[in-house]
Amino acid sequence: MNPNEFDVIIIGGGITGAGTQRDCAMRGLRTLLIERSDIATGATGRNHGLLHSGARYAVNDPESAAECIRENMTLRRIASHCIDECDGLFITLPEDDLGYQQTFVSACQQAGINAEIIDPDLARRLEPSVNPTLIGAVKVPDCSVDPFRLCAANMLDAKLRGGQVRLHTEVTGFIREGNTLKGVHTVQRQSGETADYYAPLIVNAGGIWGQHIAELAGVRIGMFPAKGSLLIFAHRVNNRVINRCRKPANADILVPGDTVCVIGTTSTRIPFEECDNVAVTPDEVTMLITEGAKLAPSLLSTRILRAYAGVRPLVSADDDPSGRNISRGIVCLDHEERDGLKGLITITGGKLTSYRLMAEIATDAVCRKLGVEKACETAVTPLPGSEERSYEEVAQRIWESPTTAQKAAASRMGTRASRIRSGDRHDEALICECEEVSVGEINAAIDRLDVSTLTDLRRRTRVGMGPCQGEFCACRAAGLLAKAHGCIEKERNDIAQFMQERWKGNFPIGWGDTLREAEYTQWVYKHVLGL
Amino acid sequence: MMKPQEFTESRHNFEECTKCTVCTAYCPVLQVNPLYPGPKQAGPDGERLRLKDPYFFNYALKYCLNCKRCEVACPSEVNVADLIQSARIRYDKSPTKLRDRILASTDLMGTLARPVAPIVNGVTSLGITKTAMDAFLKIDRQRTFPTYSMQSFEHWLHRRRKEQAAFPEQVAYFHGCYVNYNYPQLGKDLVKVLNALGVGVQLLEKEKCCGIALITNGLSAQATRQARHNVAALGKAVDAGLKVVTTSSTCTLTLRDEYPGVLQVDNSAVRDSILMATRFIFEKLEKGATLRFRPDFHKKIAYHTPCHLEKLGWGIFSERLLRMIPGVEFVMLDSACCGIAGTYGFKKENYQASQEIGAALFDQIKAVNPDLVACDCETCKWQIEMSTGYPVANPISILAEALE
Repeated sequence: MNPNEFDVIIIGGGITGAGTQRDCAMRGLRTLLIERSDIATGATGRNHGLLHSGARYAVNDPESAAECIRENMTLRRIASHCIDECDGLFITLPEDDLGYQQTFVSACQQAGINAEIIDPDLARRLEPSVNPTLIGAVKVPDCSVDPFRLCAANMLDAKLRGGQVRLHTEVTGFIREGNTLKGVHTVQRQSGETADYYAPLIVNAGGIWGQHIAELAGVRIGMFPAKGSLLIFAHRVNNRVINRCRKPANADILVPGDTVCVIGTTSTRIPFEECDNVAVTPDEVTMLITEGAKLAPSLLSTRILRAYAGVRPLVSADDDPSGRNISRGIVCLDHEERDGLKGLITITGGKLTSYRLMAEIATDAVCRKLGVEKACETAVTPLPGSEERSYEEVAQRIWESPTTAQKAAASRMGTRASRIRSGDRHDEALICECEEVSVGEINAAIDRLDVSTLTDLRRRTRVGMGPCQGEFCACRAAGLLAKAHGCIEKERNDIAQFMQERWKGNFPIGWGDTLREAEYTQWVYKHVLGL
Repeated sequence: MMKPQEFTESRHNFEECTKCTVCTAYCPVLQVNPLYPGPKQAGPDGERLRLKDPYFFNYALKYCLNCKRCEVACPSEVNVADLIQSARIRYDKSPTKLRDRILASTDLMGTLARPVAPIVNGVTSLGITKTAMDAFLKIDRQRTFPTYSMQSFEHWLHRRRKEQAAFPEQVAYFHGCYVNYNYPQLGKDLVKVLNALGVGVQLLEKEKCCGIALITNGLSAQATRQARHNVAALGKAVDAGLKVVTTSSTCTLTLRDEYPGVLQVDNSAVRDSILMATRFIFEKLEKGATLRFRPDFHKKIAYHTPCHLEKLGWGIFSERLLRMIPGVEFVMLDSACCGIAGTYGFKKENYQASQEIGAALFDQIKAVNPDLVACDCETCKWQIEMSTGYPVANPISILAEALE
């Protein structure tokens, strides 16, 4: 059999593509996932990291709300090592209408979301960072989720089931016979090597870039890119998600994520051509801080780590290319039915929270076309790492008396932390001091998780995500990568690109301690390391 | 609209860390104990993880000897040691050992031992006692215990209160447990020097132990109670217009900085009135007061700046006073931690680290071969005397001895 032949090719290494590959692999299909950059580089990795309870959509979009709460409960079971079951609050401030709270709570209950009105005093005790002037609070089952980890775990599971992954590989065109797609032409962007891959079915899971992929296939999808900007603060100010109990607006969600917290977002429609190059503007930064401080006043005096922006893959409903009828729901397009083009399915729209359902819908369509009859099991089978829910127990079982880095590794990797080599002082040495990432953990990622650059490594391990933003960890991690890949020259360029990317996130908020730190970093890299 | 750039300083002190790691280079523990994560890891780095989940608290933080050298080194003014001690108070839920309670209860031990001081002193110096304490309490047998005095300093000064009240200028004296129970002579020396300057010495209205040993031994609730008591007692003296002088650098640091920084006890009303006696005396001399010294006083004195005095930045006053004595050949020892850190070095598990930390200092003292080592800290004194055999005296006692 031709090694370049598969049952299904998935284009796009975001959470939708990774989830779809996992589902297809679980149904026994031979899968290939192609991603032009790294995992979770689009909207997947550029959002709040909020696992919605659905409460935010309850009033305006009850269907999405019900979908969210079902998936939220499912993912707690199957993806526990990626999820922090932190709960959320919807707070009413003096300038908000307290009457909305009742509308909100009944809508939540109708959607099956356990929303509970609590006394403002209790809210202040549960979440000491909350704006103390609040006049109302509702507790909801929001969670925080690490999208990089979730994406990597889905992809890893697909690989463990025989799936193949080509990262940094771009689809340059389709292999076509008449009205049927047979495969894809690709180019590996780092090496320039080209390759063709064949499959009777191709799933377009390119997110906002799905419009471009569709164009390559000669069909049209109307995407409506909307930029959302967010700020990361240098530590966890809040331990629960804080939302405003009002009609959704800008900068009204503050999410704790791992060791940081994130405020967002804005919403600005942008032309499709700008999707690859979005930047955060000073006005957006000001707005995010000003509005964010209404949720948690201490944000005003908390160090800001980075600013970043993502592009929402909003899509017009099927037959409305004008964009008047924009949906945030899941859109699965069978291009055979829609455009008479065989062999292509597009799965788009949706949200991070509903990725598993999107994958199920897409995989159901794939199986229908391929005549495979196997039911979806992704809702009941834990992802690799999530077989046990408590990272404390995991760490205890593996190491008996774990160090802080080992505890942190268990919180990031779940049961897969048992794959970290330890016991030797070199393996236990720290690469990233801010996030406590050891040599062993980095090497475990390099071994199993398709790492080719420092930025790839960051997404899988949190190296460089702490307050130092790569100041110390980048050069240490680069050493391990150079050793693993056997190429020092390449690593020198990689480190420069990595630091440039870190600086890009610092730039919009470059003042105070962040600026001091950045200047110190520059001094280290330029004058000490001579880069 | 507000300008976010106005908010340039984080109120969260640990966020001002730029990860420069200079604290790690200055940490004396890290150089001898690989189990200790070091000040940067234990302090600002660890704090972010602990805020995520208290589970990330690392019990190895107990190896911090709270010398504060990390804080002296930090160019970003991060209170690294406070972060570490605060984390221990907040997250270390392990019960306090009997040994640590005994070591921390300086007030209680002093009160119990004083009436029977000769017996206690005899017993604690016996080999068999040391062996028993080593075996049962894990107090290292190689340590020499401070001896207790029959008469407390409080009692001594109380009997002289009328004569002291006659001086035109008055100060209050926070003598601390060491002066009160172990070595009243230092307090008497201070009274002699201050009287020579025309200053009378008063006791505070019932002082209690500053609480540093309680803090470092995990007994923060009791430390907090004592801090509140002391702040009230200090408040009365300060309200009466008195400065409060001290002869122990660690008590001073605790009263001024540990109370607000670690115990969250507000001392803002009294903080600026608490001074090392050396600073008080130096300032008086600067303003024209004079001391007359014996012409026959000749000594080679090597001065060791205690870590906590370095944190206060006041070693300069001790140095200047000693250099002022005509017959003194003054040698400034290199800045280093002696390794004892209060009760830290008494613990069996820390003994070796404690001696390794101090080794360079001991070697230097032996090389200098002084008549006397001067130092403003009682526990440094025990450590240096035990480890080098050279006698150690507080600069105040040296001044008193040199006075005409």
